[in-house]
Amino acid sequence: MILKNLLALVLFVTTVSASSQAQQQSPPRAQPAKAARKAAPTPGQQHPEVGQLVFERNCSRCHTTPSGFSSRISGTVVMHMRVRASLSQADAQALLRFFNP
Amino acid sequence: MWRQTRPPLTRSPQLAKFVVVIFSLLCAACSGAAQQIPLISGGAGFLTNTSGGSTSYLPIAEPLIAAPLGSRVLIESRGSLVEAIFPDGHGGYDHSRSFGLTYLQGDLIASPHLTVVAGSFLIPFGTYNERLSPVWINNLQDGPLISSLGLMSTGTGLGGQARGSAISRSKYSIDYTGYFSARSGNKKFNAKRSAGGRLNLYLPEARLEIGLSYNRLLQGIPAAHENFYGAHAWWEPKDTSFRLRSEFARGHHAQGYWVEADYRTHAFGGVDSWVGRFEPLMRMQQTFRRDTDVSDGLPLVNTQRVDFGLDYNLPHETRILTSYSRRFAANGGDENIWETGITYRFLFPVWKGK
Repeated sequence: MILKNLLALVLFVTTVSASSQAQQQSPPRAQPAKAARKAAPTPGQQHPEVGQLVFERNCSRCHTTPSGFSSRISGTVVMHMRVRASLSQADAQALLRFFNP
Repeated sequence: MWRQTRPPLTRSPQLAKFVVVIFSLLCAACSGAAQQIPLISGGAGFLTNTSGGSTSYLPIAEPLIAAPLGSRVLIESRGSLVEAIFPDGHGGYDHSRSFGLTYLQGDLIASPHLTVVAGSFLIPFGTYNERLSPVWINNLQDGPLISSLGLMSTGTGLGGQARGSAISRSKYSIDYTGYFSARSGNKKFNAKRSAGGRLNLYLPEARLEIGLSYNRLLQGIPAAHENFYGAHAWWEPKDTSFRLRSEFARGHHAQGYWVEADYRTHAFGGVDSWVGRFEPLMRMQQTFRRDTDVSDGLPLVNTQRVDFGLDYNLPHETRILTSYSRRFAANGGDENIWETGITYRFLFPVWKGK
């Protein structure tokens, strides 16, 4: 019981510290919610609207659009979604570009 | 009736070993690319359920950690921390607490069409277990009545999976999943020997997905090896926020289906206006017993249930879930179920990156 409580405490502290650390810095944030509403292709970019389509056709089918997250984890998010949603390699790359225009 | 939560997998001091393993993996992931910092995601919620005049409370947290090791390997795990507070039958309340890993798996992206998964994984049968079971995703607190069919009573397998996108075209795409699970009596990774898979066809222009699932229990005497069949259809018309999801499952002793529809209006300023954040929904479901051998988690008698829900999607990944359900049982055990809850979804990097 003590060990379980200790582990729960460790996880809680880790979560809180990681959360506060993430909030202290202000990295560029991927904002799929905003981008999904306003998907204007930027000259020179490789069809960012393809990534938006991939997002709408896969991620949004199961869950609501996240309002934003750190661009530092965009690659991890895409890897996770690639496995969970069985995305093709091309779709995963388009999704990564969508998160990092 | 609460949403079905799996029994805790970790209850022994060996849990410390898993924490050490996870932190070791995080350390190993330190050298990842700039966009591949390990993340912590998941949901937390406070849910209430009133049925038969009794109210229960369920604070819950389901953190998920995903740590890439290079560009081809991903380690991911989801835990569940639940505190159930319920009437003790003597005018007071009792409580129970559980913490365990829901799954812990390693993913190897072997080729553009193949991902190999090893470890303890969610059994890929139908759609609910893999897609909708997280507390922050599900529109209703309770899972469908048939959600236990095909999940071998544990919901998780211990072994390997091959999955990926078989074909991806602009007009259609096909993805597949096949798995084998060994038998395990380990408390942390309890699993039954089984094998099966799922095949999905998705038509992007119609926004229609149809899929078939099959798996087979492979332990016990051969006569007890049960087959499970599943089919699902999801339709989400383009440029609307209407979603129609349905699923059918058939086991050796019971079968059933559920159909769920939800909608958010784009009128009155879009889905992010105060009106557009409302999400009315309805789920209809029925189960049918084929015999009285109850081994699948479905109700003992033929049952119908209808759920009417009204969710509100607040900013910052927070949702308020409310629902009224009426359950009709063939033996006359009808009941009303009122549920309310609030859920929060979090997603952040584990540490500061370069």
